[in-house]
Amino acid sequence: MEITVRVNGEQVVRDVEPRLLLTHFLRDELRLTGTHWGCDTTNCGACVVRLDGSPVKSCTVLAVMADGASVDTVEGLAHGAELDPVQEGFVTCHGLQCGFCTPGMLMTSRALLDRDPDPSPQAIREAISGQVCRCTGYENIVRAVRWAAEKETAEETAEKEASKEEVTP
Amino acid sequence: MQVPAQFAYEKATSVDDAIELLARHGPESLIVAGGHSLIPMMKLRLAEPSTLIDINGLTDLDYIRVEGDQVRLGAMTRHATVLESAVVREHFPILPDAERTIADPLVRNRGTVGGSLCQADPSEDLSAAFSALRADVVIRGAEGQRVVPVREFHHGPYETAVAHGELLIEVRVPIRTRTGSAYQKVERRAGDWAVASAGSVVSLDGDTVAEAGIGLTAVGASHFVAAEAEDALRGRPATDEAFTEAGRIAAEHCAPSADQRGPVDYKRALVAELVARTLQRATARARGEA
Ligand SMILES: Cc1cc2nc3c(=O)[nH]c(=O)nc-3n(C[C@H](O)[C@H](O)[C@H](O)COP(=O)(O)OP(=O)(O)OC[C@H]3O[C@@H](n4cnc5c(N)ncnc54)[C@H](O)[C@@H]3O)c2cc1C
Ligand code: FES
Ligand code: FES
Repeated sequence: MEITVRVNGEQVVRDVEPRLLLTHFLRDELRLTGTHWGCDTTNCGACVVRLDGSPVKSCTVLAVMADGASVDTVEGLAHGAELDPVQEGFVTCHGLQCGFCTPGMLMTSRALLDRDPDPSPQAIREAISGQVCRCTGYENIVRAVRWAAEKETAEETAEKEASKEEVTP
Repeated sequence: MQVPAQFAYEKATSVDDAIELLARHGPESLIVAGGHSLIPMMKLRLAEPSTLIDINGLTDLDYIRVEGDQVRLGAMTRHATVLESAVVREHFPILPDAERTIADPLVRNRGTVGGSLCQADPSEDLSAAFSALRADVVIRGAEGQRVVPVREFHHGPYETAVAHGELLIEVRVPIRTRTGSAYQKVERRAGDWAVASAGSVVSLDGDTVAEAGIGLTAVGASHFVAAEAEDALRGRPATDEAFTEAGRIAAEHCAPSADQRGPVDYKRALVAELVARTLQRATARARGEA
């Protein structure tokens, strides 16, 4: 079946078998191997991508179900050479060790901050509760997301201040 | 790597189109909603549909609205939408209580109300909650539509009143005055299926229990209901003693099995405690105290 999917902002058209899972479509067809493939049983969250904005486990979505939708993967997170604040947060706060869970954690964290720019540590824990990290003990992941939230809030305040200064002579 | 067996795929454009596609593709064709029960089963080859009929395009089945003295939820309403709905929280706090414990936020972005009920897993949480609320479901087929009480909807594990060629399209929950509700689940770890869960709905007349609804999941309760405990409560004063007694009766009449989640006596002990606690919380909410 021919499907058209907007992947990281770019339209891709492919002919796929209906049984192809979205994870394998991304990894094997499009060679976007940033999306990881772990448990295969909807438990670990290594495969999380955003489907029309919502973070979902792509091992449990058929590629054909994404026809006509937009899919965002970790490859699309950075803005050119500039890392997204959540990526910077993971680097700064040591939010990863082996990195296997990281793409999924990043996508869920980005979706959380888009919805709630100032999440409590508890809200962050809940948001990532469907994902497993075998290395960090989660503590540094929570710190990394808080770091990103604070950076974004600070930037926004600075921008507002700057635009105020522009209007006041 | 788990790969489903081959199947044909169709996208339904309307409820009638889905019904027509089911008829055309015959008894081995299946509806796919969120796919978060069906796709895992297909990956394990526990389900091998000849054709999948995708109803994710039917956004007109994704709604929560008040109509008269009912709240109506469309079959394609996602768990996440139910959890966030202010209307649902106001009238039926049992539903966000339950939703918060269902799987994890990622699964809840996909899984639907209709898929949950139709999957009819014996450990499914919404079946217990909707049974406690005495909800009705609307089923539509080629011959028209009918309304079935949730308490008659489940015919057994993985079997429901929905026949091949039919679709569950809506759940209707009655709004009652002076009524409160609550749900509690014990799970082994975040996101896991229940060891045991209970949900209670209490309608008060003064300090007397005018009507009680008690739903149970994962413990072999027939139609997810603790009917004997409801009977014992009706007309009794709403006291902690009465709730403890109802818990004891519910524990006695359910039929849990021993499995990796625990032995029978442990599950019965959980039922007794969860029923008493949810009755207390439901009553406090009915009184406007919580
Ligand atoms: C890791 C994990 C943990 C989970 N934990 C829990 C839990 O703790 N508690 C809980 O209650 N659930 C749990 N679930 C199940 C989850 O809630 C599912 O999303 C839900 O059971 C099925 O909904 P769905 O929309 O994904 O249905 P699907 O998988 O699409 O469909 C399920 C079945 O229902 C049929 N169907 C679907 N919609 C309709 C319709 N409108 N009319 C007729 N037939 C229909 C399908 O043909 C299929 O047979 C868990 C799932 C996962 C993957
Ligand atoms: S690979 Fe998808 S949840 Fe583990
Ligand atoms: S960093 Fe290794 S699993 Fe999370």
